[in-house]
Amino acid sequence: MMNEFKSWWQSGTPWVWLNAGAVSISLLLVLGILGMIMVKGMGHFWVADVYEMQYSDGKSAQRVIIGELVEKAEIPLKMYKEVEAKKLPEGLDKIERWLIKSGNRDQASADFQWIYAHKIDAQKTPENLIKLERLEWGNFYGYLKNVQENGKLIAENDEAWSELNKRFERVLVLREELEELEKGRISSINYGLERIRLQKRKLVLDKEDSAENLKRLDDEAKAYNVEYDVVIKRLNHLREEIQRDRATFTTDNGKEVIISLHMMVSILKPNQMGVMTKLGHYAYNFYHFIFDAPREANTEGGVFPAIFGTVMMVMLMSVLVTPFGVVAAVYLREYAKQGVVIRLIRIAVNNLAGVPSIVYGVFGLGFFVYFLGGNLDQLFYPEALPAPTFGTPGLIWAALTLALLTVPVVIVSTEEGLARIPINLREGSLALGATKAETLWRVILPMSSPAIMTGLILAVARAAGEVAPLMLVGVVKLAPELPLDDNFPFLHMERKFMHLGFHIYDVGFQSPNVEAARPLVYATAFLLVLVIVLLNLSAIMLRNRLREKYKALDAG
Amino acid sequence: MSKEVLTHGIDRSILSSGGQAMKLENEDICINVNDLKLSYGEKEALHGINLPIPRKRVTAFIGPSGCGKSTLLRCFNRMNDLVDKVKIDGEIQIDGENIYHPDIDVSALRRRVGMVFQRPNPFPKSIYENVAYGLRLQGIKQRHILDEAVEQSLKGAALWNEVKDRLHESALGLSGGQQQRLVIARAIAIKPEVLLLDEPASALDPISTLKIEELIYELKSEYTIVIVTHNMQQAARVSDYTAFMYMGDLIEFGATDSLFTNPTEKQTEDYITGRYG
Repeated sequence: MMNEFKSWWQSGTPWVWLNAGAVSISLLLVLGILGMIMVKGMGHFWVADVYEMQYSDGKSAQRVIIGELVEKAEIPLKMYKEVEAKKLPEGLDKIERWLIKSGNRDQASADFQWIYAHKIDAQKTPENLIKLERLEWGNFYGYLKNVQENGKLIAENDEAWSELNKRFERVLVLREELEELEKGRISSINYGLERIRLQKRKLVLDKEDSAENLKRLDDEAKAYNVEYDVVIKRLNHLREEIQRDRATFTTDNGKEVIISLHMMVSILKPNQMGVMTKLGHYAYNFYHFIFDAPREANTEGGVFPAIFGTVMMVMLMSVLVTPFGVVAAVYLREYAKQGVVIRLIRIAVNNLAGVPSIVYGVFGLGFFVYFLGGNLDQLFYPEALPAPTFGTPGLIWAALTLALLTVPVVIVSTEEGLARIPINLREGSLALGATKAETLWRVILPMSSPAIMTGLILAVARAAGEVAPLMLVGVVKLAPELPLDDNFPFLHMERKFMHLGFHIYDVGFQSPNVEAARPLVYATAFLLVLVIVLLNLSAIMLRNRLREKYKALDAG
Repeated sequence: MSKEVLTHGIDRSILSSGGQAMKLENEDICINVNDLKLSYGEKEALHGINLPIPRKRVTAFIGPSGCGKSTLLRCFNRMNDLVDKVKIDGEIQIDGENIYHPDIDVSALRRRVGMVFQRPNPFPKSIYENVAYGLRLQGIKQRHILDEAVEQSLKGAALWNEVKDRLHESALGLSGGQQQRLVIARAIAIKPEVLLLDEPASALDPISTLKIEELIYELKSEYTIVIVTHNMQQAARVSDYTAFMYMGDLIEFGATDSLFTNPTEKQTEDYITGRYG
């Protein structure tokens, strides 16, 4: 027995099992994380059935609850007894609680409620129950009663549904034009006017405010104002038009509610929809989650600005960190005399990677934002003062801070790449009369590019997931404008931006509506992982192409 | 070991220059080494070498491992500058100019003195770009000049026929022997005066070796060639003059024919008869 064990031990089999076990556990953990956030987040976009339930909670008479079933949970009997101070119902050995999303936040006090399953007397899924997604106050559930135009009754009961859909199409067309005007024309007019104001102020500061110069700017401003009047006229007309139609609904507590069509985002009869229609709507919802701006303190709508901000910031960070890291690595490896000092520098660089990221945030705020940004403002944007231009957290400072955070990774892997270039290739180039710099530029750096890309991949992976320092140097809960738009100079690096990581924190912990926000937390987390994976994959593909091109390393 | 055995398989008539005996006194000296001492840190690797290398001839350095023959070769294009803690005394004159003079432009020197290394070291670029590398360094961009030079160099290195249809494919797809000839083409593309070959065939198979040797024979009409080799048969086959080195000293230098048939030094004789090394 002992001998058998000993020979089994010496055969190395336990090690194989141990290693395989460790790998499987890691794999399971990763898959578990991904699976959980995917299931919890992706369920959010499914159009669930809407129930109408007869509920008697004992206190008052039977009441009707309309809503979606979000979650079922069992609670211990003891807890039920304590909370409800009542005897257990006969014949039950467990108590089930349902979380119902009943919406109608403007009508009832809360849009989510827990109910006891055993107190539901009857439940059905009537086909003509309507679910409304609204611009404000969250979802609405109820029955359609009639449709009105300017207060005049147009259709009632059965005809109302098709009329509502027809008129909602019109609202969508109007809304598109409205948004285009508001976000496009109006914002560029405002941007132009602000620019003129700053130019005027600059003229005053530079003591060049001659009547001629001022007149030129005034004329420009006048042109903007004329355009503004035209646009605003059109806008007012559109706003009037879009508010023309309204619809009356009855809610679960029997009240009648009038809702203007311009507040609606989507109108559905979920119980009428087949699986295919629901799948179509699933894609539609997911698309809008990705490409829409958030609404209602980020608990509704999409996350597009956050995706955009994350990707933008990571790209800007890559552009900043690569040359910096590569130049530093080239110096350390190729030019510096190897000795104690260089060893110390290398140790310092490696340790930089271990500094907590929030420390970088504090440094970024103090040095980049206040010192660099403040001085930039003094030098180049005195006309805007005291309002800061660059002297306030923004995209460029966030990217710079993260570049600083990730530069050790790039330096280390570039150095490794440089060290791996065979000496005979360097000699080959030098023997042809190349100087050291020419050799570096034409042979060594191209051959190290896969290693540089490896560094960049690690840097991107770290930067995209970093949140803490960003909160200090540029990320906000809600950025009114994207950092990239069609107003010159197009890329506004001084603007604040939104970030998926921060968005998760904000929605998850700073949201007034916990239940509504929860699925969004998972969905956003899933998106963040997706974005990082995509960024990494593209970098990895680029690296593999470079490797293919410079695969001499493997041969040498 | 008789000379016939040493040079088996090679037609002697193509090796010596028209049959007439080589005499150093009749040669135009291209490189002149004067009392060259070289040390790595504390350790002296070359102890005062004096050597004239004749123009447009093949001069071979032979000797056992670690005797300093490669080190000496790498002095001719100052490749040893790259090594840390190297100290060099004495002088090497190429066309009467001391290449260790402080005013010498090392890059210009290396353009005049090309070098081919033991292992083929083509850059991970296309065949064309490999050959054009040295020219591009000099700022030559005109397509027709480059095309012409690439073709001439590849022909000069006897590689043109094998690669003319795939000039823009990666040089790493070539065989070892082809790569070595490509490296020679790359070296002669910039028209050097001197070609230094550091055991150019030691990593190659016998057929490729033969091709390289034939190439060396072709090239000596235009270039002063210095070759380091481990292989005495090779030295006997390709070279006009041979220097035997041992432990950092030049033991014997003379026409290859006489050095192999009639060495004056005991050490040389021991080495070429295989007693050590």
